[in-house]
Amino acid sequence: MADVRPLLRSELLPPRTPARRHLISITDLEREDVERLLALSRTFARSLERDVKKLPTLRGRTVVNLFFESSTRTSSSFELAAKRLSADVMSIKSSGSAVDKGESLKDTLLTIGAYDPDVVVIRHAHIGAPHLAARHTPAHVVNAGDGKHQHPTQALLDLYTIDEELGGIEGLHVAIVGDVLHSRVARSNIQALVLMGARVTLVGPPPLIPRGVEAMGCTVSHDIRDLRAADVVYVLRMQRERMLEGANYVPSLREYTARWGVTPERLRPGQKVMHPGPMNRGVEIDPAVADAAESLVERQVRSGLVVRMAVLYDLLTQGPVEVKVAEIEEVA
Amino acid sequence: MLYGKNGRKDDIAFEGVRVVDPGQGIDETLTVTVEQGVVTRIEPASGGNGKVLAPAFVDPHVHLRTPGREDEEDLASGTRAAAAGGYCAILAMPNTDPVVDSAAVLGALIEQAQEHAEIPVGFLAAITKGQEGAELTEMAELAERGAAGFSDDGRPIVAPGLLRRALQYGATAGRPLAVHCEEPTLSRGGHVHEGTVSAELGFGGYPSVAESVMVGRDLALAAYEERPLHLLHLSARESVDELRRAREAGVAATGEVTPHHLCLTDEAVRSLDPNVKMNPPLRAHGDRAALVEALRDGTIGAVATDHAPHARHEKEVPFEEAPFGVTGLETAFSALYTQLVEPGVLPLATLLERMSAGPARIYGLEAPRIEVGAPANLVLLDLEAVWHVDEGSFRSKSANSWLLDSKLRGRVLQTVAGGKLVYAA
Repeated sequence: MADVRPLLRSELLPPRTPARRHLISITDLEREDVERLLALSRTFARSLERDVKKLPTLRGRTVVNLFFESSTRTSSSFELAAKRLSADVMSIKSSGSAVDKGESLKDTLLTIGAYDPDVVVIRHAHIGAPHLAARHTPAHVVNAGDGKHQHPTQALLDLYTIDEELGGIEGLHVAIVGDVLHSRVARSNIQALVLMGARVTLVGPPPLIPRGVEAMGCTVSHDIRDLRAADVVYVLRMQRERMLEGANYVPSLREYTARWGVTPERLRPGQKVMHPGPMNRGVEIDPAVADAAESLVERQVRSGLVVRMAVLYDLLTQGPVEVKVAEIEEVA
Repeated sequence: MLYGKNGRKDDIAFEGVRVVDPGQGIDETLTVTVEQGVVTRIEPASGGNGKVLAPAFVDPHVHLRTPGREDEEDLASGTRAAAAGGYCAILAMPNTDPVVDSAAVLGALIEQAQEHAEIPVGFLAAITKGQEGAELTEMAELAERGAAGFSDDGRPIVAPGLLRRALQYGATAGRPLAVHCEEPTLSRGGHVHEGTVSAELGFGGYPSVAESVMVGRDLALAAYEERPLHLLHLSARESVDELRRAREAGVAATGEVTPHHLCLTDEAVRSLDPNVKMNPPLRAHGDRAALVEALRDGTIGAVATDHAPHARHEKEVPFEEAPFGVTGLETAFSALYTQLVEPGVLPLATLLERMSAGPARIYGLEAPRIEVGAPANLVLLDLEAVWHVDEGSFRSKSANSWLLDSKLRGRVLQTVAGGKLVYAA
């Protein structure tokens, strides 16, 4: 039985109104920000063990979820996270909204902004949508996935899961396997893991590993046998919906699965396996691996709730720094 | 070949200015007198006010969005912007709606220019009908009607056999051929330069090799046909290497480069500001260095703004959805003076040459010069002036500038085009 510390009153005080901060990319965070978010997540995990799971912390705050791309776990966990913290939540999906009538993202944001939301959570198919949200709403912006760019709360919940299951992140070796090219999860995870002192190896077919990715601080392998050296194997979904038609990234899914699919035979006993979901069973991951005791997939989903509670709470209290808008480079 | 309003011819005196005319090797303090639009006297002066008088600029690559998108730019606003940037002549690209691919469309534009253009404008016509890369336009007739050259700018000529025909048949038209070099199966899905920045941000990459393989192919065809060829907006080191080799081998090939490719690298894309999205994309540090060196040594003979106005609502979208292109007419000199001349990377005289006589030569236009008897095409520059670029500073109808909110040094004070004072700050 874990040591259940009573929640301190100070942890439940209504948040002050601070300067506006966002969580758009893992690069918005320093190591101590991540450590604080993980500690907060642990606190909220304990609070969820109680009979009454609702906390009064964000009472009177408004969280708007704007999902322009399909999502099950991210949208539901943001919604539940906000509700657990007593915030008012409004979830808008692109289908059935004015977006169907051709409304631009800017106009949708201005409309939402008129309700004075405290937080706008946005998922969009295109890179840069959360930046636009930050420019055109008065709210704190949380990126719930923008195209192939970033999915920072996924990386935070993955860190939290690893930390809980393996008792730390620093010094671990994580292999990220599969379609890195189309994966915002991979990009956020590489940055988050490197930030926390883990070693990252990307494994996959050359066309699905972006050229120049080593500059992010990871190594690259095209040999599936290199999985065995890792403590954690992080399997990515083959994102067929993002692939350009006729681009020939791999000759066939059959060949991909034969060469790079994660099967029980390719794993070392005891290796932990993660997947951000949704899984293509039988493509990038063998069902036997997905359902094995070493699989942390369900843990990841559970972590999503407490980590998103931590992010919402932290944004409205202290936490992640102002988004770093890169200055146009001074040259010569 | 150049068309504008027939205006008055002015009398102006520039007393005690530093005259810099690289074509004639002049760099001294003089008094220049213009009467009835013609330079009539150039006399020694003492003291001087420190302002620089140079031959006015020529921009070989501008999008005036007319016909079709007059909400973004029209002939009056585009030429006013050019005048404010120190230009006495500009060339407009034919990727309009409809495309300038017939004598009728070209004729209508020329008439509009004669009514509305503040400074002379030349119009390029398309190489292929509708810029669709399938059938040649009636190049001889278009040249006769006044086309300044031919280009499918914005699109490559994908089929090598078609470019070969354009080179062969274009000889009868006698006007330059300018090509946008992009191999579409390599650039497909690309938004920014393929490299460490695109890998980190998750963008589809538009690799350097997508440009340089087409540069290599196009130069091989130009060499084989022994015809001149102009390469638009070069961005990659490998393209510059190809151009240099071809020129050394005697091919009549020329190239141009934009201010943004000379000043920025793909690091700027990290801002996800749609105003740093253009085609070809901003590339890596080594590419930028190679472009600057090529401009310095003359391999690239011209600065071209590739002024590409876009409506505000079309750029106020996520980076990935935004159209390619940025404005540049009003900021080109100041940007390059600030980024290249002031830090000592490029001599002032070289920059002035590449912005004036260089591009004029490529298109066979009379090079602006400061000489007794020559028509007055002059720009007066204040190299000390500091200006803050904001939306209100533009005469262009569009403000999609990569320099918004920056501070620049060096500013155009006056522009004389065809003997008429067209801009005074």
